[in-house]
Amino acid sequence: MVESDNNSAATTLIKIEGLYKLFGNNPKKYMPLVHEGKSKDEILAETGHTLGLKDINLTINKGEIFVIMGLSGSGKSTLIRHFNRLIDPTEGVIEVEGTDVMKLGPKELEQFRRHKMSMVFQRFGLLPHKSVVDNVAYGLSIQGVSKSESKAKAVEWLATVGLAGYEDQYPAQLSGGQQQRVGLARALCTDAEILLMDEAFSALDPLIRSEMQDQLIELQEKLHKTIIFITHDLDEALRIGDRIAILKDGEMVQQGEPEDILLNPANDYVEAFVRDVNRARALTVETVMKDPAYRITASTIEDALKQMKGFKEDYGYYVNEDGYQGVLTEETLQAAFDDDKKADLDSLQYEDLEAISQDAVLETVIPDTLNSQYSLPVIDDDGKITGRLSRSTLAEVLGNDDKVTEEKPAEPKSN
Amino acid sequence: MADASWLSEIPQLSRGDLRDIRKYLDTAYRDFSREYGEMIEGFFDPLLTFLVWFEKLLLATPWWLVIAIVAGLAYLSSRSWKLSLGVVISFFMIGYFGMWDNTMRTMSIILVCTFMAIALGVPIGIAMARSDRVQSVVTPLLDIMQTMPAFVYLIPVVMLLGIGKIPGVIAVIIYAIPPVIRLTNLGIRLVDKDVLEAATAYGANSMQRLMGVQLPLAMPTIMAGINQTIMMALSMVVIASMIGVKGLGQPVLKSITNQYFTLGLLNGLAIVALAIIFDRVSQAYAKRSQRHLGGMDNG
Ligand SMILES: Nc1ncnc2c1ncn2[C@@H]1O[C@H](COP(=O)(O)OP(=O)(O)OP(=O)(O)O)[C@@H](O)[C@H]1O
Ligand SMILES: [Mg+2]
Repeated sequence: MVESDNNSAATTLIKIEGLYKLFGNNPKKYMPLVHEGKSKDEILAETGHTLGLKDINLTINKGEIFVIMGLSGSGKSTLIRHFNRLIDPTEGVIEVEGTDVMKLGPKELEQFRRHKMSMVFQRFGLLPHKSVVDNVAYGLSIQGVSKSESKAKAVEWLATVGLAGYEDQYPAQLSGGQQQRVGLARALCTDAEILLMDEAFSALDPLIRSEMQDQLIELQEKLHKTIIFITHDLDEALRIGDRIAILKDGEMVQQGEPEDILLNPANDYVEAFVRDVNRARALTVETVMKDPAYRITASTIEDALKQMKGFKEDYGYYVNEDGYQGVLTEETLQAAFDDDKKADLDSLQYEDLEAISQDAVLETVIPDTLNSQYSLPVIDDDGKITGRLSRSTLAEVLGNDDKVTEEKPAEPKSN
Repeated sequence: MADASWLSEIPQLSRGDLRDIRKYLDTAYRDFSREYGEMIEGFFDPLLTFLVWFEKLLLATPWWLVIAIVAGLAYLSSRSWKLSLGVVISFFMIGYFGMWDNTMRTMSIILVCTFMAIALGVPIGIAMARSDRVQSVVTPLLDIMQTMPAFVYLIPVVMLLGIGKIPGVIAVIIYAIPPVIRLTNLGIRLVDKDVLEAATAYGANSMQRLMGVQLPLAMPTIMAGINQTIMMALSMVVIASMIGVKGLGQPVLKSITNQYFTLGLLNGLAIVALAIIFDRVSQAYAKRSQRHLGGMDNG
């Protein structure tokens, strides 16, 4: 499923296999019902047990931001709490760097939590009786790091998240956004490789939230942590996620890169999520350009015309050793051919047509695409043409799907 | 007809049976106390020594030093001049009306009882908070301790240990300990689950969670329990004096039997003064130490 682009050398850090969680007094007894395929509601009605997670399989690679999405009650928090075993599974395997977390004894588990993972919570979970700097240093103080050392580090991280000067305040004296920055600083302060974030930004207002998202992305560029991020907001997921998994009633319904989810939703549930997303802002040119590039690489007019005949359209993009030059129409070529078919292509008059970058967000190229009578050539960072973006493709991607208008599926609600 | 008499009258054990049961239990307990009374007394000896020493210490300390220390402690814990001044005036009045020695005796026993109640009650409360089973065993015991008239459990204590300070202390502790146990349990159980989970997620072991999160966050509730315990210990002073605990209770007892209204009133007021001082000081301390939990106010 993972496309083999530049990060094909990704190493698996976390692996989850066949994970089940049944909440209740006697989960083992009722697991057969789950395996029979009874639904969450049926099991609840019959046994009073809540099916939290059902047959979850996933792998998370080192250095990626893995987003878990789903509506309220879909099991997101339950799933993320399995990574550091705040919740024990009823069945299944959880491996982190090849170690089976389920086999850890109590002492090993403490060490594992201290050094491998840190967590940011939706409702912050700060210690109200400790000052901000002591909160940030909490992880280190639990590890037994000396007070002066942990404090120095904490002060540094507080500055990194933009809270220098707030060291001696108490959490209750800070705004929600500031408190969550403290939560983030606390998580970063232990230098753990894996960061678990359970709806870390959901309690914040939209402006602060996007600020925090920017900060997280910025930090991630420097720190290269492995981040597991939970949200019920697809815009947020698309913005920060390298890969996204979608949960529904404890089951994994789709897993993939953001574009996969956006362009090929697996079912109506995912579709409902996807519908409200501003695709123009969420997708890059590269992800939607399907059409092949009409590259004219020949050096003579005769060869060029031959290449042109193979195209579906009556124009092509002229490329020489300096890269992309401009657009050539069949008409011009034909006229030149009639004139002198052995002439050099360089001497020909081609039309200027601005190429667009494949990393550009769709929103930014809409005007150019609509204003041009030709499809726009798409180039990569080296100036090589990798494809083209036509007006109709754009319209197709941005136009709302009419397939799912009959019933109004539940909106992803907050909280 | 005779068969239906149970309808109009409750079935009753015959008098002889009842007497036998009583006799049996009483002798059994008497034998037990004869057998083990000395051993148990021996067990409490260090406590008795300490009680006597502490009482003597308070009595031997010059009055102005006692007032200065108590007023100083009141100021340290409350940062309020008014409260400290109130302490000075009440203690001075107590001395002026000739109740100084009894007040010192009562104070010493109350302080010792309170510390013992905390030392025993907080760990019991913690154990209750950790285990539902412990809670389900201890809660009915506490209910009994709080509703059983104090006189009733004085009887076995006196049978076992005779009359004196130790049985007095035990009686006071039994009477006064339930609030601190209950509120420690409650306080810990009410600690924000999110905060506790955060501590767990960072790898805190159970001791670190208890000392670093649960007890500090439960502290306002525990302090309320301690406050209640002090108040109840003070209110037990008169009853305890019936089994030979010296202090402000004895003159009150004397005034009841001899109808000395003024004597009773003065000693009663001295108890009230002590109660108010203990109450205000412990509450002010609790409030001050928890101030940052409240939020923006900087009181
Ligand atoms: N301790 C528990 N005991 C019983 N059922 C539980 C427990 N914790 C969670 N559940 C159930 O598991 C399901 C998933 O809950 P979970 O908290 O993981 O949802 P979520 O996706 O995080 O939702 P939200 O977006 O509201 O946080 C719910 O149906 C919930 O009732
Ligand atoms: Mg949740």
